[in-house]
Amino acid sequence: MAKLTMTVNGRTLSADAEGRTLLSDFLRGGLGLTGTHVGCDTSQCGACVVHVDGQAVKSCSMLAHEAAGSTITTIEGMANADGSLSTLQQAFQDHHGLQCGFCTPGMVMSAAALLAENPKPTEAEVRHHLEGNICRCTGYHNIVKAVLAASGQDVSGVGIAAE
Amino acid sequence: MPKDGGIGASTKRREDLRFLTGNGRYTDDINLRGQAFAHFLRSDVAHGRINRIDTAAAAAMPGVLRVFTAADFAAVGGLPCGWCVTDKHGQPMREPKHPVLADGKVRHVGDPIAVVVAETYAQARDAAEAIVVDITELPAAINMKAALAPDAPLVHDDLPSNLCYDWGFVEDNKAAVDEAFRTAAHVTTLELVNNRLVANPMEPRVAVGDYDPWNDQHTLYTTSQNPHVIRLLMGAFVLGIPEHKLRVVAPDVGGGFGTKIFHYAEEAFCTFAAKQLKRPVKWTCSRSEAFMTDAHGRDHVTKIELALDKDNNFTAIRTETYANMGAYLSTFAPSVPTWLHGTLMAGNYRTPLIYVNVKAVFTNTVPVDAYRGAGRPEATFQLERVVDKAARELGVDPIELRRQNFIKPDQFPYQTPVAVVYDTGNYHATLDKLLEISDIAGFEARRADSARRGKLRGFGVAHYIEACGIAPSNLVGQLGARAGLYESATVRVNATGSISVYTGSHAHGQGHETSFAQVVAEMIGIDAKQIDIVHGDTANTPMGMGTYGSRSLAVGGSAIVKATNKIINKAKKIAAHLLEASEDDIELKDGKFSVAGTDKSVDWAGVTLAAYVPHNYPLENLEPGLEETAFYDPSNFTYPSGGYGCEVEVDPETGKVEIVAFSAADDFGNIVNPMIVEGQVQGGLAQGIGQALLESCVYDDNGQLLSGSYMDYAMPRADDLPMFKVDHSCNTPCTHNPLGVKGCGEAGAIGSPPAVVNAVIDALHRAGHTHVTHIDMPLTPARVWAAINGN
Ligand code: FES
Ligand code: FES
Repeated sequence: MAKLTMTVNGRTLSADAEGRTLLSDFLRGGLGLTGTHVGCDTSQCGACVVHVDGQAVKSCSMLAHEAAGSTITTIEGMANADGSLSTLQQAFQDHHGLQCGFCTPGMVMSAAALLAENPKPTEAEVRHHLEGNICRCTGYHNIVKAVLAASGQDVSGVGIAAE
Repeated sequence: MPKDGGIGASTKRREDLRFLTGNGRYTDDINLRGQAFAHFLRSDVAHGRINRIDTAAAAAMPGVLRVFTAADFAAVGGLPCGWCVTDKHGQPMREPKHPVLADGKVRHVGDPIAVVVAETYAQARDAAEAIVVDITELPAAINMKAALAPDAPLVHDDLPSNLCYDWGFVEDNKAAVDEAFRTAAHVTTLELVNNRLVANPMEPRVAVGDYDPWNDQHTLYTTSQNPHVIRLLMGAFVLGIPEHKLRVVAPDVGGGFGTKIFHYAEEAFCTFAAKQLKRPVKWTCSRSEAFMTDAHGRDHVTKIELALDKDNNFTAIRTETYANMGAYLSTFAPSVPTWLHGTLMAGNYRTPLIYVNVKAVFTNTVPVDAYRGAGRPEATFQLERVVDKAARELGVDPIELRRQNFIKPDQFPYQTPVAVVYDTGNYHATLDKLLEISDIAGFEARRADSARRGKLRGFGVAHYIEACGIAPSNLVGQLGARAGLYESATVRVNATGSISVYTGSHAHGQGHETSFAQVVAEMIGIDAKQIDIVHGDTANTPMGMGTYGSRSLAVGGSAIVKATNKIINKAKKIAAHLLEASEDDIELKDGKFSVAGTDKSVDWAGVTLAAYVPHNYPLENLEPGLEETAFYDPSNFTYPSGGYGCEVEVDPETGKVEIVAFSAADDFGNIVNPMIVEGQVQGGLAQGIGQALLESCVYDDNGQLLSGSYMDYAMPRADDLPMFKVDHSCNTPCTHNPLGVKGCGEAGAIGSPPAVVNAVIDALHRAGHTHVTHIDMPLTPARVWAAINGN
């Protein structure tokens, strides 16, 4: 066990962690930030994505001690300062981009990283970018729509049955 | 309709706020003071005799509180099965004991042998490695047909064979069906596999047991679709805890799809161990563990025959299915290949004679039970595939052959030869709508374009029926269910007019907190924001049966309507007193009670306040307060139906299939929240397309699970799928529930697999590969390439 300090969502936090503790487990168990989810043990589902020094990272694929001193953003840090939903979060609600909500933190963190890099992605780019995030509920349709909408693109005609 | 909140509005989901900000409360987010952690040591062989388990070294490891084995559970019951199927000779199915921890034998990879409870997960895991288990590995029964051979290894030594039951339906029809085949003008035969799947809700299962010795009170927090069912099964049959001493809480649950219906050993273990250790005990499933312990789905091997007369009318259907039960009977496993499958074999068609035979088989694999659709996808797949194959053999259009044999719109209610009565439907309308939204007129041009790029384009249709809104209790009781299938609701109106609705349904992605509130808002005419929906805790909700079988709105919603009607009736009496009018003259509109034909009125809050501050109140004949409970037991199943169309491009060089378009035209009856309904369909389609193209749970001949992680089990990802066109305008409301709703949760997963396979076969046939009559799912590039190339 060794003490470990990092800046998470703008606050400097410390807790003890074993050498083998994963960043995902440290955020959830050590810091009590249970918004970051763990959906697999092979680094494939993306439910655990957070931003480490500005990069989207699967937090289950990194040791907590590797993130010592880093600046981390988790889903708990994504809302606007006044507590209202960010544009991206709001788009997920507006377009029904979540059902059970379990994949949602990772989806939002992953999509936010995409939009930071590519502010007007195509549908194909969104789908390709989200390949590392599994959602079992939505069939991705409304997630892709939400991300496109959050980028300011018109999604009113997407997937609508012809009249 | 109340503004932005009543029936028919695409109201945004209120639950999203907590999920989008990381403030959901899933079971693994619950950490109780002083909790200890459980780690299960599981069998790594499929079948073996346990000679010795030595836990001494493990028990001495740092942080270990105790190591449990089967010996600790000697006085505890096995995990019960909730449905007893009667075989074709009138005998009950064979029902072997399912111990909480393996007792004497291990019967599948993942069967729990021992459990370490320690101060931390890491310590529990470390100690489990120090347990010494001496197992003699035995030959395993894996393939179902081989498992029924006389010399097959026995999964359960106390049973005469690996046969659970041999079921015939309708047994009395068998001779007539055989006769119809003898006199048929044409018979189409198809042998197929309905591939074994893993449900894979993204939240793995979790259980936290807690015990309060001062009140002898047990609490289990668990990832369940039906906390009351778990309380009943675990309390009454496994641990012997009466209901008033056992609280089961299923908080936010991250998807279920059937696999979180069932009662699992880990729930019983954590509840039991918490009392033994006088500390909360928590278990969190890893994904690898989920693959080898969550009940799997499907896994049928079927031969279906369709008889037609000289005018291409269907005259009879005969099927023989082998259904895998796995090593033990999971909670509802026996019902899936029988009553949820055989009763759907009429599909959308007027076939007069049907006989279904199902042999359920024990194997050394994980138990198999309901997965999204449960029995109905298996029925739909074989039927919609055999109809397509028949059309190709007869040289007629598969769409026209369907249309010709559809039950006609004026034939409802329609009595099928497989027991069920469809109340409403209009299959011609959904098929026509499907063809319209699929732009079938433009298909040839799109096909020519694909051909120019060297790709083979095809279009496939499937039309499904399902039986949802599960189910009339007296009927399912006759069929072997050991539970009722009603639903409950309590509507508690508070003094200032706000309302808490307690439902026995459970939401794990379906958005009930939003849509159920819309129903009550519509009925009373108040803002939905004044209404909260409470679910998932046996301590505060009346006995409910939970969520599965697309039943929540049809059954749970109906219970809420019933309870709300009781509220309105009583509120009208109060209003009549306040307005000094006759109760018969009181009208409720937009949250206001008025006397017909006058301008006298009192608003909702005025009545609710009078109910709790009864100063001016008819106390001599009316109790104060405004709270009502109702139980609703449906009088029939509901029968959603629809037409699905899939357009594919096949790369003949590689065999890779791409879904280029997918359209769905569904009849769900009335709809409360179209946005949520569309989301349910989209999600179901993704799972059905996953089954058709990607997913397969595979065991080798020794019973090793080859697809035990997301590296080997191909989950559909964002770039495997197109945008979907979803239509729900062809609605024929259900006639026997108050909302006229049918249920929409499973349709997508039921109708899409045959549409995909039919589309691929269509693409190959149009390109001249007419020797390909069927390809088993999943249609991987290797399989499609081999089919094209005649291997
Ligand atoms: S938990 Fe990190 S990728 Fe699945
Ligand atoms: S919303 Fe349930 S897994 Fe994505």
